[in-house]
Amino acid sequence: MPPATEPIVEFIGARKRYGETEALKGIDLTVRAGEVLALLGPNGAGKTTSISLMLGLRRPTAGQVRLFGLAPTDRRARSRCGVMLQESGVAGTLTVRETVDLFRTYYPAPLAAERAIAMAGLEAVSERRVAALSGGQRQRLYFALAVCGDPHVLFLDEPTVGMDVESRRAFLQSMQVLAQAGKTIVFTTHYLPEAEELAQRIVVIDRGLVIADATPQDLKARVPAKRVTFSTPHPLPAAALAGLAGASMEVSDRRVRLLTNDPESLLRELFRRGVAIGDLEVVGADLEEAFLTLTRPPAAP
Amino acid sequence: MMARLEMPTAPLGRMLAEQIRSQVLIRWRIPAFSLTNLALPIIFFTFFGLPLVNQTLPDGTNLGAVILASFAAYAVGSIMVFSFGIGVATERAMRVDVLIRATPLPPGIYILAKVVTALLFALVSLVILIAYGIVVGGIRQDPSVWISMIARLLAGSLPFIGLGFAIGYLTGPNAAPAVANLIYLPLAFASGYFLPLNQLPAFIRRVAPYLPTYHYAQLAWSAVGRRSEPLLTSLLWVAGYSILFLAIAVWAYQRDETSKFV
Repeated sequence: MPPATEPIVEFIGARKRYGETEALKGIDLTVRAGEVLALLGPNGAGKTTSISLMLGLRRPTAGQVRLFGLAPTDRRARSRCGVMLQESGVAGTLTVRETVDLFRTYYPAPLAAERAIAMAGLEAVSERRVAALSGGQRQRLYFALAVCGDPHVLFLDEPTVGMDVESRRAFLQSMQVLAQAGKTIVFTTHYLPEAEELAQRIVVIDRGLVIADATPQDLKARVPAKRVTFSTPHPLPAAALAGLAGASMEVSDRRVRLLTNDPESLLRELFRRGVAIGDLEVVGADLEEAFLTLTRPPAAP
Repeated sequence: MMARLEMPTAPLGRMLAEQIRSQVLIRWRIPAFSLTNLALPIIFFTFFGLPLVNQTLPDGTNLGAVILASFAAYAVGSIMVFSFGIGVATERAMRVDVLIRATPLPPGIYILAKVVTALLFALVSLVILIAYGIVVGGIRQDPSVWISMIARLLAGSLPFIGLGFAIGYLTGPNAAPAVANLIYLPLAFASGYFLPLNQLPAFIRRVAPYLPTYHYAQLAWSAVGRRSEPLLTSLLWVAGYSILFLAIAVWAYQRDETSKFV
C-alpha cells in the first residue's frame, strides 16, 4: 500500500438535515492527495449534498467537514479547488475566452487560457458567446472553468451529464491526464462504467450513509459476482424460482437472469427442481449490477 | 502549520478590476437595457423640461436647471433600482451565484464590482443628460454646480442600491421589472420629478416629504440653487432610507442564502 498522503477532504461524523429530511446521516470519509474518487449512489442518496459540504456551499448540521485542514469556505482552501456543479451558470453575454479569463483571475497561479480551453476541447468556439453554446459545449465550458485555476483538487458533480458521446470521450481523456498529473479528483456520476474506468476508489452512498468504500475490484468482490443467465422452453411458474439463493433476479418471458456469489449451488438447486435450462451463461457481473444490489433492499427470502 | 500559511490566494485588486471590466462588457452588450436607461431621462426632459428652460422661479433659479436636476435624480435612482433588481433576480434564476460561491472570488468583491459598474454607468448617464441640457436646452450653470450635483447624486444613491438588491432577492426574473416599476415610478411621480409638487393631489403633497426620492432629489435641486430644506435634513433622510433598504436587502439575501446554501 502506498504511504498515506496529505488529507484533502475530511468528513468527521458529518450530518446534514433539510427540515424534516436527513440527507446525510453521519459520514466519515477522508480523501487524500492524488486519489481519484467516485461518489456513487441513486438519486437523492446524498451525493450532491456531500459535494456541497466539501465546497462549503452548505454547512453540516452536525459534525465537521474540512478542506485542506481548513474550513471549506476559507479562500486559501478554495484557491486550490476547481469546481463543476450541477445546475449552475455563468453570464451568457461573455464569450468563452472572456469567461475563462475572468475565472482565471480568481486563482493565484492559473493556467494559460488557451490551455484550459484546449483541455475542454473548446478551441473552435472560444470567441463565441456563452449563450450560443450547445448544452454539451456549455458543460465543457464549466470543465474549462474548473481547471483554469490549475487547482490541486477537482470537484465534479455529474460532470458528463448533457455531453454527447464525442464530448464525453474527450472529457474522460482530459480527466485521465489530470489524474496522471497527480491531481485529486472527486466526482459523482450516474454512468457507472465511468466510475469503473476513472476511479481508484468508489464510495457508495445510499440514503445518507456510506454503504461501501472500496476499489472497483474490491467492490465487485463484495457483491454477487456472477451473473447466471439461461432460457427455459416454457414460461416458468413463479414457484419454480421461489426461495433461490440469489441477490437479485429478473425474468423476462423465457429468459432468466440471476445474480449470485455461488453459481454452482444455484445451478444444482435448479436442476434438483427439474427446471429445464438452455442457452446457459455464467459471467462476472459488471459494476452496475454490483452497485444495484448494494443499494437495493435485499430480496425477500 | 507552515504549509497552510503558504497557501497562496489571488490578489483582490486585480480580481475587482477584471470583475468590473466584465460587468461593463455585459452591460455594453445588452443595449436594450443600457440604451433605455440612458434615453428615458433625456426623453422625459425633452417633454417636461425643454419648454420651460427660459423661465425663472421667484427665488431666481432657472426652472430648466431644476427640471434637469429632477431627471438627473430620476436617472440615477432608476439605474440602481433596475440594474440591481433585474440583474440580481436574473442571476439567481440562472444560478450564477451558486458557481460564484464555490470559487475563491469573495462575495463582497462580486457585489462591489456590480456597484462600481452601476456608478460608472450612472456617471455616463448624468454626463449625457447634462450635456443635452446645456447644448439643446441652453441651460447655463457654473461647471462646479454640475460637478457638485453629480457627486451628490452618486454618493446619495445608496438607498436605491439597497432597494434594487432587495427587489432582486425577493422576486424572480419575470416579476422583477414589474415590481421595480411599481415601486419606483410612483415614488418618482409623487416626489415631483415629472410635475411640480403643487400640481399634484393634496394627499400626495402630504406624503412626499416622507419619501426617499423626494429627499434624494433635494440633493440635486439644492445643487442648482433651489433649496427647500437644509442639506443636512436631506442627507439624514437619505441615510435613514439607506439603512432601511439595505437592512431589507440583507434580510432578503440571507433568506435566499438559507434556502440555497445552509
